[in-house]
Amino acid sequence: MALKMVKGSIDRMFDKNLQDLVRGIRNHKEDEAKYISQCIDEIKQELKQDNIAVKANAVCKLTYLQMLGYDISWAAFNIIEVMSASKFTFKRIGYLAASQCFHEGTDVIMLTTNQIRKDLSSPSQYDTGVALTGLSCFVTPDLARDLANDIMTLMSHTKPYIRKKAVLIMYKVFLKYPESLRPAFPRLKEKLEDPDPGVQSAAVNVICELARRNPKNYLSLAPLFFKLMTSSTNNWVLIKIIKLFGALTPLEPRLGKKLIEPLTNLIHSTSAMSLLYECVNTVIAVLISLSSGMPNHSASIQLCVQKLRILIEDSDQNLKYLGLLAMSKILRTHPKSVQAHKDLVLQCLDDKDESIRLRALDLLYGMVSKKNLMEIVKKLMTHVDKAEGTTYRDELLTKIIDICSQSNYQHITNFEWYISILVELTRLEGTRHGHLIAAQMLDVAIRVKAIRRFAVSQMSALLDSAHLVASSTQRSGICEVLYAAAWICGEFSEHLQEPQQTLEAMLRPKVTTLPGHIQAVYVQNVVKLYAAILQQKEQAADAQAAQEVTQLLVERLPQFVQSADLEAQERASCILQLVKHVQKLQARDVPVAEEVSALFAGELNPVAPKAQKKVPVPEGLDLDAWINEPLSDSESEDEKPKAIFHDEEPRHAKQRPPEADEQELARRREARKQEQANNPFYIKSSPSPQKRYQDAPGVDHIPVVQIDLSVPLKVPGMPMSDQYVKLEEERRHRQRLEKDKRKRKKRERERRGARRHTSLHTESDEDITPAQRVDIVTEEMPENALPSDEDDKDPNDPYRALDIDLDKPLADSEKLPVQKHRDTETSKSPERQDVTVVEKKSKKPKKKEKKQKEKEREKKKKKEAEKGVDLDFWLSTTPPAATPAPLPPGFLQEEPGVNAAVTAPKEEPRGEEQDAGEDAEQDLEKKPSEQKKKKHKKDKGERSKDKKRPKKRAPPREGDAEPVQNGALREEPLPPMSSYSLLAENSYIKMTYDVQGSLQKDSQVTVSMVLENQSSSFLKNMELNVLDSLNARLARPEGSSVHDGVPVPFQLPPGISNEAQFVFTIQSIVTAQKLKGTLSFIAKNDEGSTHEKLDFKLHFTCTSYLVTTPCYRLDVPTDGSALFPYL
Amino acid sequence: MIQAILVFNNHGKPRLVRFYQRFPEEIQQQIIRETFHLVLKRDDNICNFLEGGRLRTRRLSGHGSRAQPLCRMWDLPGLGQEPMSPASAGGLSTTAPPGKTPIHPLLGDLHHYCFFRQYSSVSLIGGSDYKLIYRHYATLYFVFCVDSSESELGILDLIQVFVETLDKCFENVCELDLIFHMDKVHYILQEVVMGGMVLETNMNEIVAQIEAQNRLEKSEGGLSAAPARAVSAVKNINLPEMPRNINIGDLNIKVPNLSQFV
Repeated sequence: MALKMVKGSIDRMFDKNLQDLVRGIRNHKEDEAKYISQCIDEIKQELKQDNIAVKANAVCKLTYLQMLGYDISWAAFNIIEVMSASKFTFKRIGYLAASQCFHEGTDVIMLTTNQIRKDLSSPSQYDTGVALTGLSCFVTPDLARDLANDIMTLMSHTKPYIRKKAVLIMYKVFLKYPESLRPAFPRLKEKLEDPDPGVQSAAVNVICELARRNPKNYLSLAPLFFKLMTSSTNNWVLIKIIKLFGALTPLEPRLGKKLIEPLTNLIHSTSAMSLLYECVNTVIAVLISLSSGMPNHSASIQLCVQKLRILIEDSDQNLKYLGLLAMSKILRTHPKSVQAHKDLVLQCLDDKDESIRLRALDLLYGMVSKKNLMEIVKKLMTHVDKAEGTTYRDELLTKIIDICSQSNYQHITNFEWYISILVELTRLEGTRHGHLIAAQMLDVAIRVKAIRRFAVSQMSALLDSAHLVASSTQRSGICEVLYAAAWICGEFSEHLQEPQQTLEAMLRPKVTTLPGHIQAVYVQNVVKLYAAILQQKEQAADAQAAQEVTQLLVERLPQFVQSADLEAQERASCILQLVKHVQKLQARDVPVAEEVSALFAGELNPVAPKAQKKVPVPEGLDLDAWINEPLSDSESEDEKPKAIFHDEEPRHAKQRPPEADEQELARRREARKQEQANNPFYIKSSPSPQKRYQDAPGVDHIPVVQIDLSVPLKVPGMPMSDQYVKLEEERRHRQRLEKDKRKRKKRERERRGARRHTSLHTESDEDITPAQRVDIVTEEMPENALPSDEDDKDPNDPYRALDIDLDKPLADSEKLPVQKHRDTETSKSPERQDVTVVEKKSKKPKKKEKKQKEKEREKKKKKEAEKGVDLDFWLSTTPPAATPAPLPPGFLQEEPGVNAAVTAPKEEPRGEEQDAGEDAEQDLEKKPSEQKKKKHKKDKGERSKDKKRPKKRAPPREGDAEPVQNGALREEPLPPMSSYSLLAENSYIKMTYDVQGSLQKDSQVTVSMVLENQSSSFLKNMELNVLDSLNARLARPEGSSVHDGVPVPFQLPPGISNEAQFVFTIQSIVTAQKLKGTLSFIAKNDEGSTHEKLDFKLHFTCTSYLVTTPCYRLDVPTDGSALFPYL
Repeated sequence: MIQAILVFNNHGKPRLVRFYQRFPEEIQQQIIRETFHLVLKRDDNICNFLEGGRLRTRRLSGHGSRAQPLCRMWDLPGLGQEPMSPASAGGLSTTAPPGKTPIHPLLGDLHHYCFFRQYSSVSLIGGSDYKLIYRHYATLYFVFCVDSSESELGILDLIQVFVETLDKCFENVCELDLIFHMDKVHYILQEVVMGGMVLETNMNEIVAQIEAQNRLEKSEGGLSAAPARAVSAVKNINLPEMPRNINIGDLNIKVPNLSQFV
């Protein structure tokens, strides 16, 4: 053995340590991979040795290799070995490696549970610390569940170093094991007031993370945080708290009002830029939440904007960036105050820093108005030309489109200008946003009817010069615009000046180099054009020309038939056949134009993207039901195909004349239209009335709006958007003059002689009338679509699990799994129990007692402190019932201090909210008393053994706030026993019980009974029997009669208590019940064993059926005498 | 929350890699590479935030799941199906502003379309809640990837705290210290950030804890006990490359006294 040791250490001398490894890698630059694989082989050898130092060294090297991208999960077991080393040096290496490579999928991770527990309770704070740090990186749901209680204990460790780590790691535990949140929360809350600033900061950190995800559950902590905010001087903590308030204010506008003042003070006083910035941010959040009403906040906005301007003008690019970021938040609610700084924003557009330019772009989005849109976009267009790098240019492009299309093209007065802009954008090289431009073109053309003529002319020009677009930049996706162009030209072909020319452009051989889906659209729209041309020619009785067009198609379409794209191919061959047939008919001088254009009759309307999803399922329609009974396999295999072929073959053989087909088609279409018109579930073709934002006339009788003649109808070649800017100005000027004239006339007419105003030109947005009548058809939705936005929620959000109401009192079932003597737990991990059960048993009761006392003391202290600052805070923010955000449920119960304050006479601090009105005040009084009543009822129902007593005494108590307040003070946030009331007691045993409605089965209640052995005897063979009534029955094991008892599944050694649960089936929940019962058991002690009985009466009150969680109750002391301390 | 802390040099060589969310090793390397390229492009005199350039936040939960490309992505109705090169997707995300609804039945849901494009790209960049905040010292980049719960300026200061702590612990820290003592750097970081949350910002406290742990380690004899250390010294003597290493070594990270935000 000794020899082996010596040998080991000699071997070790030639092992590489981390430094050697690094050096080696650096010296093998050319064959690094080979060298490393060699090293890994060495490491594998080292890991096989018994010497823990060698192993640790190997693991340390592995950690380095992991950083270089090598998978080291194969060494997971060795890492655990190193973690369990007794020396801190090795342990630390092991935990570091584990934190780098362990994750939920690591299977050996479950082996670490005991080791980690041991380390957590190690006497050395650094062992504990290192374990906590490691665990924070690889905690799994299992680890979280098993260790939650240990970590919770560490939260009250004597060393702040451990405390702060334990507090921080709790967040990870919550994430992995959400059930632990409620039991651990009270202690976490205590840590907010820890004397050590590090621990405090950690607690703030954790609660902020929690609250960020589910802010509403943490509203009740606002007073505490408020106090911290006004008292703390630690900027790190302040930043967190202020950020948290930013998340809370949207839920509780009253909180915002309270915050404004201290935040403004901070803004004025602080020298730390980060704090200033966060304050501004939160003030903005507050202002957003208050955006309605409260007119006197313009000062705050001004302050924010002013401070942000200072940030933006700072030479520090970081501040500039953040200033712009915050500015964009203000913009959303108070655009006017930001618009004043347009100069600054435009200046930032020229910044050398791309991030800053992008932020400035964001701001521009909200700054545009009808008045300045053209100007801003013009500026952006010059930036587009100048921009290097496609990313930024693409961003500019999307921003231009966003800016123009925002809120249904609200700011666009001249759509011709917009179309020109879009066409200009198609000349951008290498952009990947062709589809965006295309989408805009389609959208505008479809929804703005007046623009179609112009759009079509532009699109046909685009198609004409398609070679420019397609050839050079085909790969980049700008050719997507051709998709739009082709579709627009086809669909609105009636507006085309030279349809023939466009048709030819679309049939050029070059087209076949376009992507398949564009070809498909080309083919389809060629036919639309063709139909239009036919109609035109036939009306002109130009049969010759019509035939020529047909001939052109017959010649050119085959190129699409050979397309590699299936869709294009299919459409092309279909259409080719159709055209050939038309050709035959034309040869016989049959007029065909009508029928061909019937193919494309009707209008396409835009449909909202969510429309399909929102169509409600008609009543009586079960989508899952089979329409036909599914055929059995054998049937479908041999018989069915036969039948199909019988039917089909003759049909194929008989070539029907296509006219008939077309007529048939038209007939069917007509029939379908009829049917659709009558079908209430079909999406009608006219937009639903409530969605129309203009008095858009029905589709059929849209007056084609006369386009302002000052705008050229046709721009030869590529359009230039710039000319529109000038034209627009002229137009506006003219309008203005006219309006002035009119006004002046009016005024002169009305009050001649009166002193005339010199009409200063304050041109507001409303004054500018759009050049085109814009009839933007809104997207259609099914009529009875539900206006829900639920589909935006992500069901897989991991933080959803943490959406837990923390104000609800803790149920007994929610305690963290602690290892103790319990039937349910023993089965889980027997070996774990051996280690700790002994000490737990002895320690537990004492500790708990101490803790409770301590907590109570602290609570009292806290409350006293809180009352001063927070009560008026809360008072001034609680009452008005009109505010939308409700107080957190259970609010009054949770915060005893607040409860007391609200019920207490409203003397002192009501000053400022007196103006909230009489009714609010009444409300204030009503609410708590109602609450109180309910609570009392519950209390009465559950607690009382003798119903009459509390009933008699109840009324005076209700009026009197004092006892409640005191009672509230005695309330205990961690009530493991508190909801239990005494059932029966004798010298051997004490029974307390609690009734809970069952969540799973509504006709059942569960009675949890805690049996405590008060004697020195060993109690066994316990059996519970209850005399069933009509209404309530004890659920007994199957096969036993109504007179049999139910055995209690445990035995009780002296001094031990345990809990058993019994299920009762209830018939009616409106009758209260008293059930007589007996507990029989054998008490065994040194003298021998005796058979004992204890009778009891079990009370089911009506409320016990209703409440699913135990009522939050007074801390019931163990002896029955103090059961009603204030009665 | 801090999602990741990366330290790499001017050539993109990783010096410290700390992810607070599980990524398989190859993805980690990819993230480092892409982050490096994003950061490298930026001058020293422009702002230290990278928005849009963000770590992918897709949860790789469960049992060693890998990033799998969504094979259904091209099934969506819509336009261009040209495959995207990872490079072109690596840039800035183009999420449309809220309230802008997509558009036409022919086009399908453009949002979805864009979404799937981003998702499918090999790029690890994307997601709206994340920011890269970095600082560049001499030869090293310190990059923190954080979500919106962290204060930007606070993180900048935190980086400064971290680097100053390194400077104190290594006495004029230089890249070589980080190269050869990656483990120690990790231990220092562990006293600053734990599980993605800021643990301590007070430098004196951090240094005190580190020194206490180093003392503890020393009292245990350290990892390489005396004989082994002697051997390694002997080995060093034989190494002809030794002087070269030393030459590189004088590139200290000069920790400037930066303006404090906090």
